[in-house]
Amino acid sequence: MSITPDPQKHALGVSMKRKEDPRFLQGKGRYVDDINLPGQLYMAIVHSPYPHAKINSIDKEPALAVPGVKAVITGEDLVAAGLGWLPTFHGFDKQMVLAVGKALFQYQEVAAVFATSREAAMDGAELVEIDYEPLDPVVSPHEAAKDEVVIRSDREKSTNHIYHWDVGHKDETQRALEAAEKVVKQRIVFQRCHPAPLEPCGCVAEFDTMGRLHFYVTSQAPHVYRTALALVTGIPEDKIHVVSPDIGGGFGNKVPVYPGYVCAVVGSLLLKKPVKWIETRTENLTTTGFARDYHMDVEIGAKADGTVTALRVKTVADHGAFDAAADPTKYPAGMFGIVTGSYQFPVAYAELDAYFTNKAPGGVAYRCSFRVTEASYAIERAMDILADELDMDPVELRKKNFVRKDQFPYQSALGFTYDSGDYHSTLDKALERIGYDDLLREQAEKRARGELMGIGFSTFTEVVGAGPSKHFDILGIKMFDSAEIRIHPTGSGVVRAGTKSQGQGHETTWAQIVAEELGLDPQNIMVEEGDTDTAPYGLGTYASRSTPVAGAAISLAARRIREKARKIAAHLLEASPEDVEWTDYKFQIKGVPTRSVTMKDVAFAAYTNPGDNEPGLEASYYYDPPNMTFPHGTYVAVVDVDRHTGETKVRRFLAVDDCGTVINPMVVEGQIHGGLTEGYAIAFMQEITYDESGNNLNPNFIDYLVPTSLEAPKWETDNTVTPSPHHPIGAKGVGESPNVGSPAAFVNAVMDALSPLGVRHVDMPLTREKVWRAIQEAEARRAISAD
Amino acid sequence: MFPAAFDYLRAHSIEEAAAALSQHGGDARILAGGQSLIPAMRFRLARPTVLVDIGSLRDLVYLREESGFLRVGAMTTDARLERDKDVRARYALLTETSDVVADPVVRHKGTVVGSLCHNDPAGDWAAAALASRAIMVVRGPSGERDVPIDEFIVDSFTTAVQEGEIAVEVRFPTPSARTSGAYEKIERKVGDYATAAAAVQLTLADDGTIAQAGVAITALGPFAMRVTEAERLLLGQRPSEDLFRAAAEEAYRLADPNPDTRGSAEYKKNMARILVARGLARTSSKLHA
Amino acid sequence: MTKQRVELNVNGEIHEIQVEPRKLLAYALRDECGLTGTHVGCDSSSCGCCVVVLDGETPVKSCTMFAVQAEGHDITTVEGLAQGGQLHPLQQGFWDQHGLQCGYCTPGMLMTSYAMLKEYPEPTEEDVRKFLSGNLCRCTGYNNIVKAVLQAAKALGAEKSEPETTAADD
Repeated sequence: MSITPDPQKHALGVSMKRKEDPRFLQGKGRYVDDINLPGQLYMAIVHSPYPHAKINSIDKEPALAVPGVKAVITGEDLVAAGLGWLPTFHGFDKQMVLAVGKALFQYQEVAAVFATSREAAMDGAELVEIDYEPLDPVVSPHEAAKDEVVIRSDREKSTNHIYHWDVGHKDETQRALEAAEKVVKQRIVFQRCHPAPLEPCGCVAEFDTMGRLHFYVTSQAPHVYRTALALVTGIPEDKIHVVSPDIGGGFGNKVPVYPGYVCAVVGSLLLKKPVKWIETRTENLTTTGFARDYHMDVEIGAKADGTVTALRVKTVADHGAFDAAADPTKYPAGMFGIVTGSYQFPVAYAELDAYFTNKAPGGVAYRCSFRVTEASYAIERAMDILADELDMDPVELRKKNFVRKDQFPYQSALGFTYDSGDYHSTLDKALERIGYDDLLREQAEKRARGELMGIGFSTFTEVVGAGPSKHFDILGIKMFDSAEIRIHPTGSGVVRAGTKSQGQGHETTWAQIVAEELGLDPQNIMVEEGDTDTAPYGLGTYASRSTPVAGAAISLAARRIREKARKIAAHLLEASPEDVEWTDYKFQIKGVPTRSVTMKDVAFAAYTNPGDNEPGLEASYYYDPPNMTFPHGTYVAVVDVDRHTGETKVRRFLAVDDCGTVINPMVVEGQIHGGLTEGYAIAFMQEITYDESGNNLNPNFIDYLVPTSLEAPKWETDNTVTPSPHHPIGAKGVGESPNVGSPAAFVNAVMDALSPLGVRHVDMPLTREKVWRAIQEAEARRAISAD
Repeated sequence: MFPAAFDYLRAHSIEEAAAALSQHGGDARILAGGQSLIPAMRFRLARPTVLVDIGSLRDLVYLREESGFLRVGAMTTDARLERDKDVRARYALLTETSDVVADPVVRHKGTVVGSLCHNDPAGDWAAAALASRAIMVVRGPSGERDVPIDEFIVDSFTTAVQEGEIAVEVRFPTPSARTSGAYEKIERKVGDYATAAAAVQLTLADDGTIAQAGVAITALGPFAMRVTEAERLLLGQRPSEDLFRAAAEEAYRLADPNPDTRGSAEYKKNMARILVARGLARTSSKLHA
Repeated sequence: MTKQRVELNVNGEIHEIQVEPRKLLAYALRDECGLTGTHVGCDSSSCGCCVVVLDGETPVKSCTMFAVQAEGHDITTVEGLAQGGQLHPLQQGFWDQHGLQCGYCTPGMLMTSYAMLKEYPEPTEEDVRKFLSGNLCRCTGYNNIVKAVLQAAKALGAEKSEPETTAADD
């Protein structure tokens, strides 16, 4: 149960109830589709039914004949207006807004219809007549690599290959693998999945009488949208006002700029009316940013005693028809370099080749800091496979190879400097809480009876807080974040940040940071985000970067206020500023607790009696982080597998996280519950699959599976605290850890359950059928070897 | 997504509804619970030009035992059946089925008769109706007729209901004291249609042999199917593991599923065997409890 | 296509609207009645963001029902839960237990729970999980939602045991 913090005591580390909740609880949230402007039109999009097809002609007339339909635009219209292409955040490619000449994936946007009602827009969209000439689709990245059919004719090079990237020491790694006493190698596929927030993407675009664009949109990064819109449309950036109102979940899906947004802006300009576009669920699942789709060959070299000596990972990445990965790093594979995980690999090498296919573009993070989930899953699975082949307890293998507490800051073989960590303590805490020894005994008994029970571990390390400007940018913009704080005369205030909560609770946690730094009541610190007219320029909320970056900016802006306040306090106390100290949430003359003033006193004085100081009490801070932060954790899953149907029951799941200093334990626990449920979904249910002809088989919530309250396991959580040494309050970010860390724990548990049968690896999602098939094949193998 | 336009008629009597159907022919559809029809219309997979809403026909809302049958009216929801104390006490198969049809909110609007009329190849009620030997009551211009469920199910999404006719009731025979049943369903998550499912109902004679047997499978062929050979094997025999295994083997033989996103044909076919065996075993253990 | 007049009784207030027969109830509530608390998250009746309660007891997915069908029913939406400026115990429970994050599924969760507690005032954890299984949430992982509903059940039970409230209910 949560409580309200006492402003005279700590505001940090308190489970304060969320300030934003009363409006959500009463149906008074303001999401994009709740915004209705007078005279607004509705837009519907026409999608390609073919994954790869020449577009011979488009006839708008039947659609225009539908009552209520006002206009239809096509790719050619946009090209004529110079708006045919969108820049992608990855920086290696651009994306067609509406298909011109060819459609490159099933459901690609081909035309946009504007009408007076939602229904009429859809009626019109149905009637746009398009003459397609189907072409051979390229569905697998391995096929794409052959370049037999080249998908993108607009690019200079006639190939499906997008880029090659590598990091680490190729030759040394090769030598170390050759010299290793044990080498394990496994192809591990992290399937294509989709973040699927419950609120689909959407926008309302309106040009006011001054020609200024007001753009209400489901965006995790409103400022970046403003800049992107300015770049795409040529509208001066001061004439663009982007508002992200309440956002119904994002998980990375609401980072990229989508074609529908550009079409809505164009429609609004053309028709001189506000235009609303709200995605259907099908549009969300088939056209907006997917996640993962990495095919990884992982090799670990080790000594016979389990000491790891080398890691090599070769990845083939499927990026779909455009390289629209929302990846702001200067590295094509994002932060995949975290693939050495929590372990001391003396040498490592990772390389990746990315390809175009006739599938939806994307590669956004699904609650993941740019490919960290793929990396984490790969290493945590591979460590278990190594343990299995060495006949070692996977826990012992991990302990043996962990980076030790005294080694931080730790330089990894692939170049990251891990800020802090205490892997052994976190693991020990997990082992004790889960009762590992008892579980092992129970498992032995069950195995003797032929029952399949598994215990799976994941001891992951993440890298979040994008990021230091030397390594990150979007469209050239550095990945800093920002805060502006104003303290009002009566001691309340407002903090504005460049981030945008989509459920993370910033209205509460940002207030707690300010309250902690300034000794004010967090209930009276208002938080504003998402409006580019008022919020300072920031790069937004994703990749667990809000707390590591904006949280730091807020803290440091508050400290700037404190420094100014100290001078005013000195004036009030008739002392020199050097003699005034901030202690116990108030200013006092050093060593004289009886002579003190509160921040509230100072705030009033700032406007009424500032002395020789400049009046007012406000500050801003743009924070360029010196390093990433490295949260870590130990997750344990306990599962029972039904050998006849392949059904897996997750009986227990314990997450012990270390995200450094905790601002609000209740909010952190909520983030972990949510991320674990997404991890569960990925491990067991979720996949965007395409058939051999390139048809998307999961275009709705009937076939793209979101777990319900009955499938979602009960979560047990705990934590350890290893503060980040470089973050002002020692916080590291937590939103993604559960999604990054949990898939491996689930899969390791199921593989542990199946290990008596000799099953080594099954790719996610671990559907009943896949598990059943693995059991059948293992039993068939055993039957043959028994003969 | 939004349905294509249609005309809406609210029927005030069954006769009025039937007349509207006759008048508009194949373009008209009955709107009962709408839980299958409306999603299909939103995806524009169904495009009736006339909807005849029978939702306000309160005289079609009933659930009562009468002359050896549980009579369920056409507007009686899944939720009503799910909650009925008498059903839960004595209709084991119906109880278990009603717990897993669609999801708990959808069950408040979805109807048992509507589901049977929709006749999705993976529908749950069809299997339960087959195993319990239900009878459909169909009303048309020439009066009312009883149609055994085996004749009612004609093909995927096709039933014996003729143009101008309306199914007004389903009758489930009241089980004797020594009857029990089970519904075994593999679903990917709550709210999903079955990947494979089996409905089982057994009645024991005084000597402990099986006096009546109902075994049906769904999502394992073009429509829900009675496993006649399994029923034949079970009749007159004493329940045993071997007997159930042999009966389940018949379900495996009969199953002819299509591969889809829910699973391969091979997996589903194998599950037919597992689910029927489990359903029989559970039913038997309930009878011997 | 012709619009027709439909009278919707929502949270005790009559809304006279003109809609096509194909207007889904969820959109009638949102776009015609201005009650945007009822959300839409899918097209397949899967997510439950749009759940409203009919006649005080029946939860329905308002995206899978036409507005014309709702005539003659009392509709309760999330906007009708709080009374006299006081949060409903369910709303209080969700707040206390951190049963919401982005808030998008919350109205549907509240309305399904509201109907459930009318029917089953003393649910177990398993009951709550079962009843809410037609409502999706992407943020919370459900654990805190379940706690919130159990807290509300307790609070409502305590309210009921006060004689004054019992009399009012009768």
